[in-house]
Amino acid sequence: MCLGIPGKVVEIHDDGPLRMARVDFGGVRKEACLAYLPEVVLGDYVIVHVGFAISQLDEEEAMKTLEILRAIDAEGVALELGSLPDETAAPSAPPASAPPASGASA
Amino acid sequence: MKYIDEYRDAPLARKLLDEIHRITTRPWALMEVCGGQTHTLVKQGIDEALPAGVRMIHGPGCPVCVTPLEQIDKALAIAARPDVIFTSYGDMLRVPGSTTDLLSLKARGADVRIVYSPLDAVRVAAANPDRQVVFFAIGFETTAPANAMAVRQAARLGLTNFTVLVSHVLVPPAMCAILESPTCQVQAFLAAGHVCAVMGWTEYEPIAERYHVPIVVTGFEPLDLLEGILMAIRQLESGRAVVENQYARAVKREGNLQAQETVFRVFDIGDRKWRGIGMIPASGYHLRPEFARFDAEARFDVGTITTAEHPACIAGQILQGTKTPLDCTAYGVLCSPQKPLGAPMVSSEGVCSAYHAAGRGLAPARAVPLYELARPLEGAPK
Amino acid sequence: MSEIRPTADPFAPAEAAPAAPPDPANLVCPAPIPERARVLLGHGSGGQLSAALMRDVIGPALAAAAPGGPLNDAAVVEVAGRRLAFTTDSFVVSPLEFPGGDIGELAVNGTVNDLAMMGAQPLALSLAYVIEEGLPIEDLRRVTESVAKAAGRAGVRIVTGDTKVVGRGAADGLFVNTAGIGLVAPAVSVGADRAAVGDAVILSGPIGLHGIAIMSVREGLDFEVEVVSDTQPLNALVAAIVAVCPDVHVLRDPTRGGLASALNEIAAASGVGIELREETIPIPGPVHAACEMLGLDPLHVANEGKLVAIVPASVAGAVLAAMRAVPEGADAVEIGRVVADHRSMVTMRTIVGSQRIVDMLVGEQLPRIC
Repeated sequence: MCLGIPGKVVEIHDDGPLRMARVDFGGVRKEACLAYLPEVVLGDYVIVHVGFAISQLDEEEAMKTLEILRAIDAEGVALELGSLPDETAAPSAPPASAPPASGASA
Repeated sequence: MKYIDEYRDAPLARKLLDEIHRITTRPWALMEVCGGQTHTLVKQGIDEALPAGVRMIHGPGCPVCVTPLEQIDKALAIAARPDVIFTSYGDMLRVPGSTTDLLSLKARGADVRIVYSPLDAVRVAAANPDRQVVFFAIGFETTAPANAMAVRQAARLGLTNFTVLVSHVLVPPAMCAILESPTCQVQAFLAAGHVCAVMGWTEYEPIAERYHVPIVVTGFEPLDLLEGILMAIRQLESGRAVVENQYARAVKREGNLQAQETVFRVFDIGDRKWRGIGMIPASGYHLRPEFARFDAEARFDVGTITTAEHPACIAGQILQGTKTPLDCTAYGVLCSPQKPLGAPMVSSEGVCSAYHAAGRGLAPARAVPLYELARPLEGAPK
Repeated sequence: MSEIRPTADPFAPAEAAPAAPPDPANLVCPAPIPERARVLLGHGSGGQLSAALMRDVIGPALAAAAPGGPLNDAAVVEVAGRRLAFTTDSFVVSPLEFPGGDIGELAVNGTVNDLAMMGAQPLALSLAYVIEEGLPIEDLRRVTESVAKAAGRAGVRIVTGDTKVVGRGAADGLFVNTAGIGLVAPAVSVGADRAAVGDAVILSGPIGLHGIAIMSVREGLDFEVEVVSDTQPLNALVAAIVAVCPDVHVLRDPTRGGLASALNEIAAASGVGIELREETIPIPGPVHAACEMLGLDPLHVANEGKLVAIVPASVAGAVLAAMRAVPEGADAVEIGRVVADHRSMVTMRTIVGSQRIVDMLVGEQLPRIC
């Protein structure tokens, strides 16, 4: 469900009480409602679903995920094994700030 | 496309797959909840490339598929009225009700319009004050903020001709219902990334703990799914059962609080029937009493709706993950995307349509007649 | 979805259904014709429904009057020792003007291309209008000027025509029909059934442009995109191909239904399989993005200025070079091969290395949220 795709906010305006944006998805521009992301500014990337921006894309996390994937060494020992922190064992505790290497993070 | 194409990198995909193979020592059964995830898994052949013994059970994560037949039939009854402009997301147009579907109604002259955003439906209402405009508000939690905002916007504009036909369903109760089932084989979940972008993942922590199942919040691109599966299997292999977040670039633990606030301002939680599964308590959203004037079910008397599923359709078992389309006698024979018997064959995210599009279990010659009349053509139809 | 309901009037509230649902194996029904017996929009979209309508309704009804044989873009008839290609097409696009062209240009190029896909050089076109009452005269003039310009570019003449006017609501502004004739050179024998195992599958350029350009201005969707329709005449490109390879096996322009539908039709007509390599298929960034946004498959999106050529592998290099020397073929690329496996089906290698089936478009392409 939930076709949501990332795009860049290239223009912001108001439609009455609703804050709206023009979002650029790799060359396609469409309007999206920013009501749910009041802190978003020009140049930010957002995930848009049915004309609403529902989440701001965390570009640092995006890079981190890709770096971690690239670092997986399928031949030998994965970076991750042996470095799983104990903090993630308690489900009710907030995830540790140092992410367990496979990309799980706060 | 930035933040999409990077997650489709073929060498990285194969690397992840190799790593999954390397660490898997035992059979495991995982369930991906979201239809979009099912679609990617099947289309990319990822589920078939996993180690033998690792099974992806496809969950009921297609809101189109689980919209109760009663709601579809109500939608059809409303859309058939000449004073109504019926607006809907494109997905719903081909879903079969008991007797017909929205696309066929449109062919017969009903004013059925596809909208991309619920705000577009509100605009149609504002532009057509002499017609009744109804919007089919389906979806999981991901779509609820948008649907809620449409209601608020209609209220702000003082529209009296706009109503919504609500059929929202929620993921955590469905997961629990599956886990509670005596035939449940699911050992780990890939949670729906965009549902969690809105709702966060705090609701899943008690589920992981109570049922001792790993839950990994996962995205939708091939690399996301592979990484999510890898993380889940790592937990399974080491006996851990916690919530982890693969989709870190889009999901935070608390989710989108603004969106949640608006959702709860407009909707409250109630029981919902899931097509093919049955009633799951507290598993859906209904309009709050203060927004009752926007409820299409109150505005339109659709009479008694008695529904009838096609007898050959095993959508229920497919949606619960206890059977696959390959177990269905109608699959590919009586039931195909052109002539669907049930919702999972219609929705592009439904399991059956994903399998059919991938050609799984279909005879190579694909001898299914694609266009069947109810009776022969000779002589004028009476 | 059940076929027969005695109470099947969808405009009345649903009444109590019969106690037992009908047995699908026992289809006897006294009721009015159910929905499945009406033409749907999807029947015009060039995919499986269109093929089925042709095969199960129109074909059989015409059988006595039609020559039969594979469905090609144009018919070839023998006239006094020459082979004449003959085709017709109707254009019902809305809006009449769209980024990159209008219905007039489309109507000329579409028929010119159908002739070219038989390896014929187009000679003359007819032009028929069905005009909706109320259409601004300026619009009619502009469209007709487009027709003239497109005909000039393609090197064809409009030699006959007709004009009808219908009441408001009976035509979507303007419906255009063009029919065309052309001559097929003696050595050329193109046909959908001629693809042979081992042949190379060549695509003349990037796909998805026309369909996305149209969708971007469609009611209800409305997005800005830097793509314009790729409508253009392909007869010069075909002449270049035929010059180096008179024995080109198949030529097809993937219009409605997209590249996937065209290749499926060829695979079925020739009784072969086709294997594509995903990374070779050129999809412009904005087309890719628009498809992501709407949940569409670029392989199903319509094109109006592209062709697929299926040629013996030994001449693939020469054909590519000849195509690239002509503007309409500047981005020509080999995208796959004809194989003996999975006959009548088209497959593509996925990023994890498995083969996925590339299906025909089912009905109308609907955007989705899920």
